[in-house]
Amino acid sequence: MNLTPTLSFAEEIRKRSGEDVNLCYQCGRCSAGCPTSYIMDVVPHRLIHSIRLGREEFILGSKTMWLCASCETCSTRCPRDIDIAKIMDNLKILSVEKGIKTPVPEVSAFYSSALNSIRRFGRIHELSMVTEIKLKTHQFMRDLKLGLQMMRMGKIKLLPETNATRRGIVRDIFANVKKREKGQ
Amino acid sequence: MKYAYYPGCSLHSTGAEYDESFRAICNKMEITLDEIPDWVCCGTLPAHSSSKLLSVSLPIKNLALAEAMGHREVVVPCAACYSRFKKALYETEHDGELATEVNGIIEDEYKGSVNVIHPLEAFDGIDHNIIKKHIVRDISNLKVVCYYGCLLTRPPKVMNFDNSEYPMIMDKIAETAGATVLDWSYKTDCCGGSIALSETDMVLELCHYILEEADAVGADAIIVACPLCHSNLDNRQPEIDAKYYIEHKVPILYFSQLIGLAFGMKPEELGLHKHFISADSLL
Repeated sequence: MNLTPTLSFAEEIRKRSGEDVNLCYQCGRCSAGCPTSYIMDVVPHRLIHSIRLGREEFILGSKTMWLCASCETCSTRCPRDIDIAKIMDNLKILSVEKGIKTPVPEVSAFYSSALNSIRRFGRIHELSMVTEIKLKTHQFMRDLKLGLQMMRMGKIKLLPETNATRRGIVRDIFANVKKREKGQ
Repeated sequence: MKYAYYPGCSLHSTGAEYDESFRAICNKMEITLDEIPDWVCCGTLPAHSSSKLLSVSLPIKNLALAEAMGHREVVVPCAACYSRFKKALYETEHDGELATEVNGIIEDEYKGSVNVIHPLEAFDGIDHNIIKKHIVRDISNLKVVCYYGCLLTRPPKVMNFDNSEYPMIMDKIAETAGATVLDWSYKTDCCGGSIALSETDMVLELCHYILEEADAVGADAIIVACPLCHSNLDNRQPEIDAKYYIEHKVPILYFSQLIGLAFGMKPEELGLHKHFISADSLL
């Protein structure tokens, strides 16, 4: 067992997010204010400390960042001004880059389906996005009644709001982002 | 008064009544909303959870479109879009290299001349007599609590929007409209936001606490300014009631609907029939 902290992981997070976890003095305010910490396997201040210790595998395999609701209470209340929510985003990105299987597949199914919807139409089309989530998670009955009621109220549209201009805008943006990220 | 208008995906679908009621009251107050014709999605949570470049480029592209239309101010009613716009501006203003890179990605040039504002800020900034002079109906018997949620105020260094723990801007506007505004401690608690699609149970629990507190202080309705908060608190209220063996029946209204009621507008003009929890008891 390696007992020496691997400083490189904290450095990697700093490079990506601009946030320095070494400023943390473990007051636990982030975990205390976090609305979703009660279902996390590693609460936020423990996660930050684990980054300092270089426990990369432990962190990237945890559910924590996938259960983050991005409410930013932690970032707002941190007395050391660490943007913890931004670190959560970067951990999600890093774990996808490393091909780690997410322990909360419903959340990543939501992300990828929403992004597909934006890339295809320029704007999110709820009906096709939710259908894609259902196909990915096999939870076909979930929120079905709610969705049908919303359609009846005109709150979910049958057809996407799209045209060639919008499709062109998002096609270029997605392609250019991909090109630049591959080049890094 | 004239603003560029960015409704965002929710206001064209799940939050359609926010769009309808906001347009209706603006029309009454002679505020012109010039919708950016080919606006695209801001990227929201899925973009910033997947790529920083994407999450910054999508809002900046929309700002470039508003800039090209000759506007200096864009009104963004959805708290989630508003938050992404402000973050994209913050990131590019603090990182010149990123700003250049983003201009390359959007194949456009954003010169930085457009100010992003939320409708609450727009109303707070104008003379309240403009609102008051249209009030024809006394709604002082209506006791409300204002729920801001997460994205309007946090983090304060980026959003610069009222106090991050105890904001008052919506309370002041609801008071101007004539409602009786109650004090409560859940103003900026989280409803779970868009994670509702994947972690529904958690969202039911968070919303249950919010509804309980609104009940406890004696509110007749919760006033909101975000389509995600509205979806979770309104659409899922029957599910929450079933899960916790309780009957809340708290109507959730957008602040624009509350103002519209004070303006004497018809419920259907304000999209009040598009709610799961009927607001009939308030009418």
